This record gives sequence, structure tokens and C-alpha cells, in this order.
Amino acid sequence: MDLINLFVKSIFIENMIFAYFLGMCSYLAVSKTVKTAVGLGLAVIFVLLITVPVNYLLDNYLLQPGALSWLGSEFASVDLSFLSFIMFIAVIASMVQLVEMIVEKFAPALYGSLGIFLPLIAVNCAILGGSLFMQQKDFSGIEGAAVYGLGSGIGWFLAILAIAAIREKIAYSNVPAPLKGLGITFIITGLMAIGFMSFMGIKL
Amino acid sequence: MSLEKNQKPQTAEEKKKSEMLLFLSSSEEKEHFLSKANRKILKDPLDDNNPITVQVLGICSALAITVQLKPAIVMSLAVVFVMAFSNVIISLLRNSIPSRIRIIVQLVVVASMVILVDQILKAYAFDVSKQLSIFIGLIITNCIIMGRLEAFALGNGVYKSFLDGIGNAAGYGLILIIVAFFRELFGSGKLLGYEILGHKGVTMAESTGLYAMGYEDNGFFLLSPMALIVVGILIWIQRARNRKLIEEN
Repeated sequence: MDLINLFVKSIFIENMIFAYFLGMCSYLAVSKTVKTAVGLGLAVIFVLLITVPVNYLLDNYLLQPGALSWLGSEFASVDLSFLSFIMFIAVIASMVQLVEMIVEKFAPALYGSLGIFLPLIAVNCAILGGSLFMQQKDFSGIEGAAVYGLGSGIGWFLAILAIAAIREKIAYSNVPAPLKGLGITFIITGLMAIGFMSFMGIKL
Repeated sequence: MSLEKNQKPQTAEEKKKSEMLLFLSSSEEKEHFLSKANRKILKDPLDDNNPITVQVLGICSALAITVQLKPAIVMSLAVVFVMAFSNVIISLLRNSIPSRIRIIVQLVVVASMVILVDQILKAYAFDVSKQLSIFIGLIITNCIIMGRLEAFALGNGVYKSFLDGIGNAAGYGLILIIVAFFRELFGSGKLLGYEILGHKGVTMAESTGLYAMGYEDNGFFLLSPMALIVVGILIWIQRARNRKLIEEN
């Protein structure tokens, strides 16, 4: 039950885009058409689902204060948490590379549609943000981290899908010239964020 | 570099010297420190080529930490530092990074800079560091830094890259500070924690300044959607003034 709560919470209430603005750069740059938005969204779900649990293991067995105690009692006082940024980003960059190679080998059709987006993802703030939030939230088990990764990925996917659909339609409307493109996208995202705030009232 | 490989016998000292010469000659082509071109590099990102409103880089952190002015200023300083020095380091390494692993190399350089900033903030400004929470860490994936490293530092000399880093980080900080100014002023009636619009007491009789006349803070400015809308309006104003930035669609 807790896991379902966490899942719903990470999709709607703590939505990566509307509550924390993570991954805004690619959200704004790749949302001109629905098709590319879907490709990038799927890639983000995929990478978050893998990197958050992996970084959870890394955090719990290597980085936290006292995490190294499995090596022996003399390591129990070692605190490597200052290394977490560099470890997380290294894991993310290498996972992205690995995922890219695996997808290319076993699912060439998927690679064709995701391919160009995968390298972009290494520098998507939503991915590193997922891992850093995971570190703050202090889940009790790896399944919590996996569900959190999946949920926030789906939340991101929904957000980029919605804005891409709106932008496809808004191309036909009469927007004031200086607001065209970026400006109106910001304002629409703001309005959508207000909509998503209504989920905040839900107590889970 | 390829010429050097052909001359086989070469002592370590000679090699070092020739690399030094190569480095010196390629980085600065005898330009003034603030020549016209360099000033342009420094000034362009403030308006015409602003990283946030024109290049669309580094939005994530720009929005999340602008509720108050103080964290916004600290964040801008952190970005100026990280950006200038990672630009310099990548520019120094630019001839020896294999292009296939350049993203990982860049990430590692940026991450080490960010760790430095994070540790310094934790030591000397702990409350601000708590307020910024994960957003200091997210400087690593701030697209503005990767974007400038890819687009500028990989192909330009050290001093120019340094200027580019300072300029872009300043353009980023400018927007950050403007947004934070309006959000803190309208959202909580304060600037940097000082009560600009007067003191708000429990009853109207206890209040001073604007609050005594019945003014209320607009709590909506403290919520995240307002950051997006404020940036949207900023873009509107900027493009209305500077018509060549208007997009087709």
C-alpha cells in the first residue's frame, strides 16, 4: 500500500516538472511535436527506473556515513557522502551509455526512435534530481527507490506529452508576436502547474 | 601535435617546452584583454544571447530557488564560479579529450567544481545550503554549463572561455535575481529578509507602512507556477524591446 501511495505521489503531487522544474531544458526544447516528446519521455522513464535503484544501492553500501561497515568494523566511521555527486553522475552517464548499447543491440526499432534522445538524457536534471531526492527521502528498501524512479519518470512523461500536444495546437492560434514560442510555453506551463497544484490537497 | 610524433628522439624536457609554446601561441593571438571581441563575449549573454530567455539553458534551477532573493544571489555566485573554472579547465584540456568520452570528462570536471562549492557552502553558509538543498548538486546537470562547454570551451582559448563563462553565468544570474526580486517583494513583502513594505502585525492597528492601509501579500507569488509565469512575462518584455529575437512559431 505504501508503494502505491508513493507511486501516485511521485507522479502527481511531486511531479518533476510542475513541482520542482526538473528537466525543464529538454522539456522546452523537445516538446515541439508529440512524436519526439513521446520518444524522450519513454527514454526518461527507462533511465530513471534503472539509475535510481542503482544509486540507492551505491548510497547505502558505499557513500552514507557508516555504509562501509560491511567491509569490517574499522570502516564503520568512514563517511564518503561528499563523493555522492560525482558517483551519481558517473553512474548516470555510464548507465545511459550502457542502455544505449543494449537497446541498439537487442531492439533496433526502439533504438531508431529513442536513439538520438538517449545521450541527451545524461544531462537531464530530472535524472540526477531523482537520485538526489532519493538520497534525501531515505527509503527503507530498494523497491521504494525503484517505485519512486518509475513514478517520477511517468510524471515527467505525462508533462512533456501534455505540453507537446498543446504546442502542436497553439501553432494555429494568434499569439502576440513577442510571446511566440518560448514565452507562451512558459506561461502555459505555469497554468498547467496551477492545475497540478490541485493534487496537493490529496493526503496520502 | 601530429608533427611532434614524427620526430622520434625527444627528451621529456623538450617535449614539455614545445607543448608550452603551442599552448601559448594558440590561446591568445595578441589581443587586448578587453578588446571589442572579448567585450562582446562578456556582454552578449546579458541581453541578446541570454542563456535563459534566448538559449533556453539552465531553466530548472532558475525557477526553483527564486522564492527569496538571498538563495538566488548565492546560487548565481556558485554558478559563476563553477562555470568560469570548468570552462577554463575544459579549454585547457580541449586538445587532449577524445571526442567520444568528452561528455563524461566534462561531467567529472563540473562535478568536482560543484563538490568544492557545496563543501564551502556547507562550511560557511549552512542555512543557505539547506535552503538550496539538492539544487547545488543540480548545477552539475545545469544545461547552461554543459551547453557552454560544448559550444564554446571545446573550441576556444583559455581567456576567451573564461570570459564566456563569466558572461553567461552573469546573464543567468541576472534573470535569477530579477525573478527572485519580484517574487520576494510581492510574495512576502521583503527583500533579503528586510521588511520593505512595512511591518505586518496581527491586527491592522499593529501594522505599519503599506500594511496599515490594508495591503495584503500575494501568497501566490511564493508558489512554483508563478516563477514560470514571471519568466514568461520577462521574455515577453525582452522580445517586445528587442524585436529580432521574436520566434516564428
